[in-house]
Amino acid sequence: MIFHDILIVGGGLAGMRAAVEAAKKVKDVAIISRVHPMRSHSGEAQGGINAALANVEKGKDDTVDKHAFDTVKGSDFLADQDASEYLTYQGPETIFEMEHWGCPFSRTPEGKVAQRPFGGAGFPRTCYATDKTGLYLLQTLYEQIIKEKIKVYEEWVVFALGSEGDNCYGVIAYDPHSGELTPVGANAVIFGTGGIGRIYSNTTNALTNTGLAMAAPYWAGVPLKDIEFVQFHPTSLAKSHILMTEGCRGEGGYLINNKGERFMKNYVSETVMELGPRDIVSRSIQTEILQGRGFPDGSIHLDLRHLGAGKIMERLPGIRDICLNFIGIDPIYEPIPITPGTHYSMGGIDTDIDGACRMKGLYAAGECACVSMHGANRLGGNSLLDTIVYGARAGKKASEYVKDKEKGPKVKVLEEAARREESRIAQWKKGTGEGNPYKIKNELSQVMVEGFGIFRNEKDMAKGLEQVKELKERAKKLKPAFNGKKYNYDIIGFYDMKGNLDVAEAIGTGALTRKESRGSHFRTDFKTRDDANWLKHTLTYFNEMGPRLDYSPVKITKYKPEERKY
Amino acid sequence: MVEFNIFRYDPDKGGEPYFQSYKFEPEKGMTILEGLLYINENLDPSVAYRASCREAVCGSCAMHINDMYRLACKTQISVMGSKITLRPLSHLPVMKDLVVDLNPFFEHFKEIKPYFIPREAPPNKEYLQTIEQRKKIDAWLDCILCGACYGSCPVAGKDGNYLGPHALLKALRFVDDSRDGGAKERIAVVARENGVFRCHTVFNCQKVCPKDLDPSGAIARLKMKAIFKKY
Repeated sequence: MIFHDILIVGGGLAGMRAAVEAAKKVKDVAIISRVHPMRSHSGEAQGGINAALANVEKGKDDTVDKHAFDTVKGSDFLADQDASEYLTYQGPETIFEMEHWGCPFSRTPEGKVAQRPFGGAGFPRTCYATDKTGLYLLQTLYEQIIKEKIKVYEEWVVFALGSEGDNCYGVIAYDPHSGELTPVGANAVIFGTGGIGRIYSNTTNALTNTGLAMAAPYWAGVPLKDIEFVQFHPTSLAKSHILMTEGCRGEGGYLINNKGERFMKNYVSETVMELGPRDIVSRSIQTEILQGRGFPDGSIHLDLRHLGAGKIMERLPGIRDICLNFIGIDPIYEPIPITPGTHYSMGGIDTDIDGACRMKGLYAAGECACVSMHGANRLGGNSLLDTIVYGARAGKKASEYVKDKEKGPKVKVLEEAARREESRIAQWKKGTGEGNPYKIKNELSQVMVEGFGIFRNEKDMAKGLEQVKELKERAKKLKPAFNGKKYNYDIIGFYDMKGNLDVAEAIGTGALTRKESRGSHFRTDFKTRDDANWLKHTLTYFNEMGPRLDYSPVKITKYKPEERKY
Repeated sequence: MVEFNIFRYDPDKGGEPYFQSYKFEPEKGMTILEGLLYINENLDPSVAYRASCREAVCGSCAMHINDMYRLACKTQISVMGSKITLRPLSHLPVMKDLVVDLNPFFEHFKEIKPYFIPREAPPNKEYLQTIEQRKKIDAWLDCILCGACYGSCPVAGKDGNYLGPHALLKALRFVDDSRDGGAKERIAVVARENGVFRCHTVFNCQKVCPKDLDPSGAIARLKMKAIFKKY
């Protein structure tokens, strides 16, 4: 049976950074990744990574504490403040480390790492490499994986944990190259599986960002935390929802309605304008559209024309390429039609500040995890920092955890877990229902947009949750349409569907229960934040009959919750 | 109505590969990748291909589309016409349908030491690099390792040991970086028998690159550096 002292699930930024850190102390580290590491969705991150370097004139008074405060305020005070502080205090060192590994950051005239303004931040704090920061960071970490000769199981997909009681002993993965369901033993497993955007139809996320990113630990009894908090990015292309970086606005881009107005002045102060935090800007855009001030295609315009060809080509070349290739528009001459799109999950697999889950031997980092440092709304540029800072921390803590462990697999537990998955699949094959997993996924993704989108209310959420439950019932009767062994993407799609449905139900249940508005969770029937009753984290436990909710306190260090004004 | 004529090979059954035709009504603005997704969802879930980001950044979906290697996500059905033939990348073993084994491609990539080798010990902060120095590597950075260049390269087809346009381009990305000190060892790798001098300057790599990069130009530059030992 395959065994590694530390096994990392996910080859994106969090997973690879965890692997590099773990390999400093532990010899036998391996990565299982659903896609080749260079195909990871981290590579689609564009605008940048935050750190209080104070490298540019306008940011010369920036400090890590100011970064921490902006993060906590951005989170609408739901973040655990010690987690936000650790994130931001590690910022400068993290940038220097990535730069020392060769990451090609853009430069200031003095030759330092360049920084640009981003939403919800008091200073230009977002370090960038044109508008391809995620891609270059991904390249940099993949290069380290090659250098350190860390084994990668490419395109293996984890379907379940191999756990017993409160202990994790590995995973059960589908190896498409052999077609086998394969148990992989480990003394510690670190999840760095990314986001779940594909639960929603209007997402900026890649096709592979499904509920399965969080479902395996969830099914095994590990709670999801604050899963009802889903970030809608203000600017995604109107039809395809391909991301248009916040850097567009950081570089000075305008948001314009059909009256030709820079409407953000009606929602935030004139000094903030387009650079409000994402939850507020998305709600503002959606309000303009709902009140009839959108363009005929239902969009709002992101206008970069006044920046001029030079700045667009130098700072936003990737954005221009995407516009030219995917919608036939050159942003030098025409505004870009955008709407908000589902972008990021603040919630995720519940961990403590060490990335450790409520199951021994299991860790999580990056978007799939919820420490929580982003609370109810993440600031742009903080997620890339999160992947690297907490990826490294989870890697370090896992390597301490495995120190005295026996170096061999718990064969019985893992074989039993593999058999359980095999019988699950065998059971599915007996299905008698009509349709296929794609249809269920597509319907679900519409239900989520309508029920659990930017504006939420009791009636629509209750209806949405009912529809999710109906889809779950229909899905139970479905059978996989293709029974081949090797490269069977149909069976992966089946697990994606199950993951989407169960995580969607968790989102819906948490959202319906939380009777307040906080950050990305905005209810038109409870429009204000209610700290007396709801300054707490939601913990959602999987249950065949429907999720069970629990709550845990928010850690407050030095920032007293106050009304959030921009 | 559009017809996708797709290369099929099933490793579970073995036998000879064949082409299978799928007809459907494409929506306006539909890409080849969206067409493949449509086929999976409505006509045949067994067709295998790689895909992820659907925005030409992850490099998963390079394949031969009609006359050229392209990214399926970046190619419009309407531009390709009503009859579209899809084949897997060349010079690599076919695993199933449009999925090839990319291991040889990545093994060549690893040969050029594709990681930063610092010229100097790191300072307390970042290495300083001027805007001009940074500009020098700009043209070599955006490779997404999709394999379109490799599939289109006749030399890669003839010589399985040829490093390939992707690996050579990556070598120059470090050689031209003012902060990197590994030029000598990298040039030694790319100047050997199966490296830059094996390139026949066919320019296919440059023609097909979905990121508009110029591996041919990179190879020419590396040749000069190898000959004049300017690094």
